[in-house]
Amino acid sequence: MKSELLDQTVIVFSSRSANEGFARAAAACFAARLDPTLDELADVKTAVSEAVTNAIVHAYPDRLGKVTMRLRLYAGNVLEVQIKDSGVGIPDVEKAREPLYTTGNEERSGMGFTIMESFMDSLKVRSAVGKGTAVTMRKRFARRAGAAG
Amino acid sequence: MPVTVTDEGSALTAALSGEIDHHGAKAMMNELGELIAARLPRRLVLDLSGVTFMDSSGIAVLLRALREVDRLGGTLRVTNIPAQARRVLDAAGVGRLITLD
Repeated sequence: MKSELLDQTVIVFSSRSANEGFARAAAACFAARLDPTLDELADVKTAVSEAVTNAIVHAYPDRLGKVTMRLRLYAGNVLEVQIKDSGVGIPDVEKAREPLYTTGNEERSGMGFTIMESFMDSLKVRSAVGKGTAVTMRKRFARRAGAAG
Repeated sequence: MPVTVTDEGSALTAALSGEIDHHGAKAMMNELGELIAARLPRRLVLDLSGVTFMDSSGIAVLLRALREVDRLGGTLRVTNIPAQARRVLDAAGVGRLITLD
């Protein structure tokens, strides 16, 4: 079922690690109109942090690139976050989604996708080697008095 | 400073604070690594009460501390875990490896 798109915003930033915090804050700000609980907001921030970190660390291993975050609000209190890059791509998405799998150094835990999956309702990963990766996540917020959408 | 240290008997407590993401994790890892190498604690306690946000980069910080303390024959305990950090640690099953209070 396709639900009605109520609003959206697109933010483009460089793959600098300082933008991880910016992306979390921007997504939380957009989600605030859904009158989320603190836990719901923390879930979104955590999932965004994981997806943006993947783009910064893995998509552009040796250069700066562009990361696009698209935030959408759908009828029924649904937030959709898409994090897209034009980087190296993921050769084997299924493998990449496995817990503890990482191609990164010891600063990475290999738990990013596991955390995105458990903190959001759905997670889709599309990737093409040499073209880039798009991670799309959705979460339905509990309807509370005063929420828009 | 993201790491503050206090001694309590045989246990060394390091209080981590602020947001632990990929951007800040490396500096925190290095700081903890230097602390462990300098003090050789038998029991290291990481106090997370001042952590305002943590993602999977924080897991890597804790696992690195565990490896280093382990090598010295010591133990690691993580305490005062805020709700958001607790959810991250639980989702990743970190409790199977590290004692979480």
